Amino acid sequence: MARTLINVPPKAKRGDVISVKTLISHVMESGYRHSTTGAAIPRDIIRSFAASYNGAEIFRAELYPAIAANPFISFHTVATESGTLEFKWEGDNGFAQTASAKITVE
Amino acid sequence: MRPARHCEARGDEAIQKGGTARLECFASLAMRGTLATFLALTLTAPAVAEIPLDERRSGFDLMSPETQAMQRDDTANPGMLWVGEGEALWNRKEGGAQRACADCHGDAAQSMRAVAARYPAFSAELGRPIDLQGQVNLCRARRQDAPPLRFESQELLALTTYVAHQSRGLPVAALDDERLVPFREAGRRRFLERQGQLNFSCANCHEDNWGKKLAGNIIPQAHPTGYPIYRLEWQGMGSLQRRLRNCLTGVRAEPYAFGAPELIELELYLNWRARGLPIEAPGVRP
Repeated sequence: MARTLINVPPKAKRGDVISVKTLISHVMESGYRHSTTGAAIPRDIIRSFAASYNGAEIFRAELYPAIAANPFISFHTVATESGTLEFKWEGDNGFAQTASAKITVE
Repeated sequence: MRPARHCEARGDEAIQKGGTARLECFASLAMRGTLATFLALTLTAPAVAEIPLDERRSGFDLMSPETQAMQRDDTANPGMLWVGEGEALWNRKEGGAQRACADCHGDAAQSMRAVAARYPAFSAELGRPIDLQGQVNLCRARRQDAPPLRFESQELLALTTYVAHQSRGLPVAALDDERLVPFREAGRRRFLERQGQLNFSCANCHEDNWGKKLAGNIIPQAHPTGYPIYRLEWQGMGSLQRRLRNCLTGVRAEPYAFGAPELIELELYLNWRARGLPIEAPGVRP
């Protein structure tokens, strides 16, 4: 189950500072826990998140085991031109997820 | 025997609150020839005062502004991830019958509106009340020819969250189905019954001490308006049954098994107690 929720304002004025919010479902298993039988539960986390605006990277984050399940990442950027914001999450066990949102700048 | 003076000092309020005060006063009041008045009060007053309807508050009101904001914003509320997953499952063909929920029920936005508000409901087939989780699994068995979904599995949580979400903003129905009454009463008795090594009843915290702190947390009134909830402590979604089992473990009582009739009866009583409050599903709780 990998699912994302993206909140980008659909319209903005040129030069406006806009808030971008992203949420993704992921267990973020830290790798430090043990099962009831004592076996180590292997690490399974998202390791990186990147956002690009019309192809240019505008935000990047590295994630570590202490980050909670279902990471919520929010940042601000300046609305420069109409186009697409693309988001990419990558992690352990070949985890990869993408999402995108359109914005119209007037 | 306590002197009659003791009863007078505490007055009608003690009688209204019931319990031991009532027993203590019984003999002396009778001696004073006010037995009739006493009986009238006993018959009208509940054994333990329920929180008055206009003083009831959702756990939402007792949360920090940050957690409230998280629940309000559908793109920050992690429960919405399960709503999305539930919608996909709603439309997925399942089991030997290769039938989806949507094949019978159609658009959930219409067919499931207000449904969660009137659950647990009486199942004529089973002869007992059934909650949403039970209903999903009953549908799977009868209509989809599919194995039941495990309690607290992501699929069952997703489907129940999706269904409950269709009732968001609607009031919890006052279930007046006559057949539910004995089960609701059993739930109420269980709510008031002390249990566990700590010897607490649900009411000891959630009626007598709501709003105060237990460790670092504010004790809510225990209205199940947000379930299934995304609990930050769990870092995931959980059903009302999970929460109830949590509380039972907290008072060091043996928790009832998932799906046990005792849990359904408690769910039934809690929903009755929360009648009229708006449904928030999916709620976020600390």
